[in-house]
Amino acid sequence: MQQVYLTIVLAPLLAAIAAGVFGKRIGRTAAHWSTILAVGVSFGLSLYTLIGLIQGTIEPSNESVYRWATVGGMHMEVGFLVDKLTATMMATVTFVSWMVHIYTIGYMSEDPGYQRFFSYISLFTFAMLMLVMSNNFLQLFFGWEAVGVVSYLLIGFWFKRPSAIFANMKAFLVNRVGDFGFLLGIAGVVMYTGTLDYQEAFTHVPALSGQTMEIFQGSPWSVMSVICILLFIGAMGKSAQVPLHVWLPDSMEGPTPISALIHAATMVTAGIFMVARMSPMFEASETALSFILVIGATTAFFMGLLGLVQNDIKRVVAYSTLSQLGYMTVALGASAYAGAIFHLMTHAFFKALLFLAAGSVIIAMHHEQDMRKMGGLRKYLPVTYWTSLLGSLALIGTPGFSGFFSKDAIIEAVHASTLPGAGYAYAAVLGGVFVTALYSFRLFFMTFHGKERMDEHTREHLHESPLVVTIPLILLAIPSVVIGWFTVGPFLFEGFLGSAIQVFPGHDVLAEIGEHFHGPASFVQHGVMGPAFWLALAGVVTAWFLYLKRPDIPEIIASKFSGVQRLLVNKYYFDDFNEKVLAAGSRGLGRLLWRTGDEVLIDGTLVNGSARLVGWTAGVVRRVQSGYLYHYAFAMIIGLALLLGWTLLAD
Amino acid sequence: MMTGMPLLSLLIWVPVLGGLLVLAAGENRASLARWAALGISLATLALSLVLTAGFDSGTSHMQFVEMRPWIESFDIYYQLGVDGIALPLILLTTFITVLVVIAGWEVIQNKVAQYYAAFLIMEGLMIGVFSAMDAMLFYVFWEAMLVPMFIIIGVWGGPRRVYATVKFFLYTFLGSVFMLASLIYMYMESGTFEITSLYALPLGMSAQVLIFLSFLAAFAVKVPMWPVHTWLPDAHVEAPTGGSVILAAIMLKMGGYGFLRFSLPITPDASRELDWLLIGLSLIAVVYIGFVALVQRDMKKLIAYSSIAHMGFVTLGFFLMYAIVDRTGSLDGAAMGLQGGMVQMISHGLISGAMFLCVGVLYDRMHSREIGDYGGVVNTMPVFATFMVLFAMANAGLPGTSGFVGEFFVILASFQANFWFAMLAATTLILGAAYTLWMIKRVVFGDVANDNVAALQDINRREFFILSVLAVSVLALGLYPAPLTDLMSSSLDNLLNQALGSKLVP
Repeated sequence: MQQVYLTIVLAPLLAAIAAGVFGKRIGRTAAHWSTILAVGVSFGLSLYTLIGLIQGTIEPSNESVYRWATVGGMHMEVGFLVDKLTATMMATVTFVSWMVHIYTIGYMSEDPGYQRFFSYISLFTFAMLMLVMSNNFLQLFFGWEAVGVVSYLLIGFWFKRPSAIFANMKAFLVNRVGDFGFLLGIAGVVMYTGTLDYQEAFTHVPALSGQTMEIFQGSPWSVMSVICILLFIGAMGKSAQVPLHVWLPDSMEGPTPISALIHAATMVTAGIFMVARMSPMFEASETALSFILVIGATTAFFMGLLGLVQNDIKRVVAYSTLSQLGYMTVALGASAYAGAIFHLMTHAFFKALLFLAAGSVIIAMHHEQDMRKMGGLRKYLPVTYWTSLLGSLALIGTPGFSGFFSKDAIIEAVHASTLPGAGYAYAAVLGGVFVTALYSFRLFFMTFHGKERMDEHTREHLHESPLVVTIPLILLAIPSVVIGWFTVGPFLFEGFLGSAIQVFPGHDVLAEIGEHFHGPASFVQHGVMGPAFWLALAGVVTAWFLYLKRPDIPEIIASKFSGVQRLLVNKYYFDDFNEKVLAAGSRGLGRLLWRTGDEVLIDGTLVNGSARLVGWTAGVVRRVQSGYLYHYAFAMIIGLALLLGWTLLAD
Repeated sequence: MMTGMPLLSLLIWVPVLGGLLVLAAGENRASLARWAALGISLATLALSLVLTAGFDSGTSHMQFVEMRPWIESFDIYYQLGVDGIALPLILLTTFITVLVVIAGWEVIQNKVAQYYAAFLIMEGLMIGVFSAMDAMLFYVFWEAMLVPMFIIIGVWGGPRRVYATVKFFLYTFLGSVFMLASLIYMYMESGTFEITSLYALPLGMSAQVLIFLSFLAAFAVKVPMWPVHTWLPDAHVEAPTGGSVILAAIMLKMGGYGFLRFSLPITPDASRELDWLLIGLSLIAVVYIGFVALVQRDMKKLIAYSSIAHMGFVTLGFFLMYAIVDRTGSLDGAAMGLQGGMVQMISHGLISGAMFLCVGVLYDRMHSREIGDYGGVVNTMPVFATFMVLFAMANAGLPGTSGFVGEFFVILASFQANFWFAMLAATTLILGAAYTLWMIKRVVFGDVANDNVAALQDINRREFFILSVLAVSVLALGLYPAPLTDLMSSSLDNLLNQALGSKLVP
């Protein structure tokens, strides 16, 4: 099987090299065919692996590919751990990536950087596969940073735009803040377990759970809590959790296909995947789990609110992504790892769909992204309209749709959790349901229904996107609707992920919910009676009332609550704080150290000061060499006297 | 092993004599000088590969040893040898020199023969430093090496070259004088200048501390460590591209090498006593210099400051061992710190060399190093931009590039010494990315900033060759560092044992 796994990983890499290095020579068609073929192969083999694992014809494997280095008696290796968790991620990543590749043919058809774009997204697929298939922390960190770099390159794809090259640097640096924690976490793992290998590290966890370390003199901290929180800081960067979320909305500067692939479906879920993969470690620290719960809940609710005041169609979807990532994080905190991965998968489909649909709208609108200039697009873009509707229904958790199963399971799980912070988290995720429905259908109504607010020229040219765009929409709409129904049972309650996920008996909220699970139909029935369903319905109705029925009301509300409005429009002032305090402060400190430390103190005082001292001494001593004979004679006499005196006294 | 052929002597004297030959070719035959220099540097590279092929990485003993009496009245020998610590540095020297020769090809039109002669002679002397097994011989090479660099900056340098050369020379010379005094003291005590014999020389604590500090003066200036680093930005800014590359890639490594060859094994007790000083200065280099690099407006200065911060990881890795062994009782973390420091030296040689070459490519076209004069270079030089972004990422320690490996090891090791060491060291993840990528944003990305940028020509074949060779090396070392770490491990383990032992007189 190792050849199969290597093929899955290396095919996109080779295609990326072909399209990137030889792009000019092989031309546009060859570039997109080679990458699409390669990612298609990866998808086919990933699916084959997943099915094989489900049917038991393929055994889960944990194999090393090569030895990277041996340092201090520790072998650092590159290898693959393939079990059902990995295979689920592989299949999801390669499928969405494949759809995005096809879609890109249409979306980027007029872009001069066509080959470069295909090269990047294929390279991304390679990096993401390295991340999810890793069996050790070293390779995980490699994939982690590699997806970050490709994301950097893609956000800044249109490098002439000042906003794009600001956004990509910001994304990289904010992620680096997360990686700072992540790397320290890995260092902690190495120190306390002596290995980088997942399985080996996990075997040390029970022995470590009682151990403490002193970070501050005299206050012992639990080793596992420190390690887990450090690792989770990495996840906060990559999966855009408050306060490291600031880069994700700005990442919308990149072309839409990558917003769908990287900033919705795959890369941003790496943090979620990582925590789920490390479940044996996180289970050992309730402190870390509570921390995760609170961070996730805050992101889920408060980032959703920001979606309500955005007018850029992509930014609304971006805030929605933040909020949904918050849901996944909450699930991790509640020890419902399978629920997090389940929502990750369903979200990958419907959110990729929503982004690509938004992209289809953007193409039709000639790269206009402001929803205030849209409206009534339903009749011009029928396929986009219907697929968007399905995606939105999945997102808000309409009973029976995929998003319903995953989100409802998370809400139930949080409800059942007894960790500190669970009450707050439950309120946040429930409130989030209303907010989600409201911003989703605000977007939907403003775009597809109501008055046509675009200018005459744009209206004349409105038409449905080509097949390469609409077919991926349809292919993504299918799993967005149905995949939940078929997979909810095995995924959440029948131990599909097997030993990849480990939950302490006291934390096992999914098992508790599972006692009442009697198939998807009864789950739907139960859901319709729960508060979440009614909140979602209320959200849709509110959106209908505010944006279709009485479009004058939102403005009145905004002016009545101008304080809240300002807070939301300014995104809680996170960006201002970062740019005006942190970034400016760092530059100020740099200048201070440079001008005062280096130039005044070291160079001015020490270096040039020593030089001046030498010069001054020389100047003084020079006067002795006056050239007058009597000066020299006088000096000789004094010298002689001193010498004699000393000899006499010494005797 | 190749017996009979004095490989190390050849490695030293082929480039030195070759340099003299090039000089003899005279200024009227520039083309001959270029080709001769290329041939000689390639021959030296080939010799170093032969050396590597014959090297046995299973032992920590000195290999390819040569010994001849030199100044018998003072027991000074012409004694050479290499171990797993010196060999990678010799390889780095021969490799980088070839690239520097090619890099100067069309760029240097003034006094071509002298230019190449200086670089070749310097190459031989630097190899001499890394292979000398006699302290006096080491000292002679160490000081002699300053002369060609002094000439390179002073003759082919920028407008403030005289200030920079004098500062460079005095700084480094002042440091070395203290080292000389220590060497003489130890000769008086032991009657030998043989370095490996000095390892066995028992020394009292106060003697060790004084010797350690005098070595520190010499090596800290070379590395350079904060606060004796201010000569480096000035020297880099004024040096021609080739000079900057050699300075950053190899000369700085001599400081690090000195700590391994002299300080740790000769004064282990003082090292243990004063490790806090070295760790403190290293961490200051990482954090303080990181902030300073952030606000530089001159690309060369920025990279120079970045070098100081990266070299902070070298010294940090070397001196973590005492704290780690005290805390964990295990040698593994200590070995990781040493390995990390060594890998960082090699990697920094490649990456900083590449970064200075990139700046050189731009400087040759626009005659400016100011970041503000650029913007949107990617529009006119897409191939070059690809390389520059790659090297920038390597400079920011991206996994998969060599820049990651050393930093990774050192951060893992420092966590075992003290959580706060690791935390301060890991700020490089943020600071390193910030200063590097901010420069990239302002220089490479964006719309074409002005007519000068609009007129830029992408790199030619020669430049493409140099940068791609470096790119391949940086990636190869990042994806598969095992050959390098395996080569060094026996020697470093042996060093670890010496450095953790005690030489105090009972």
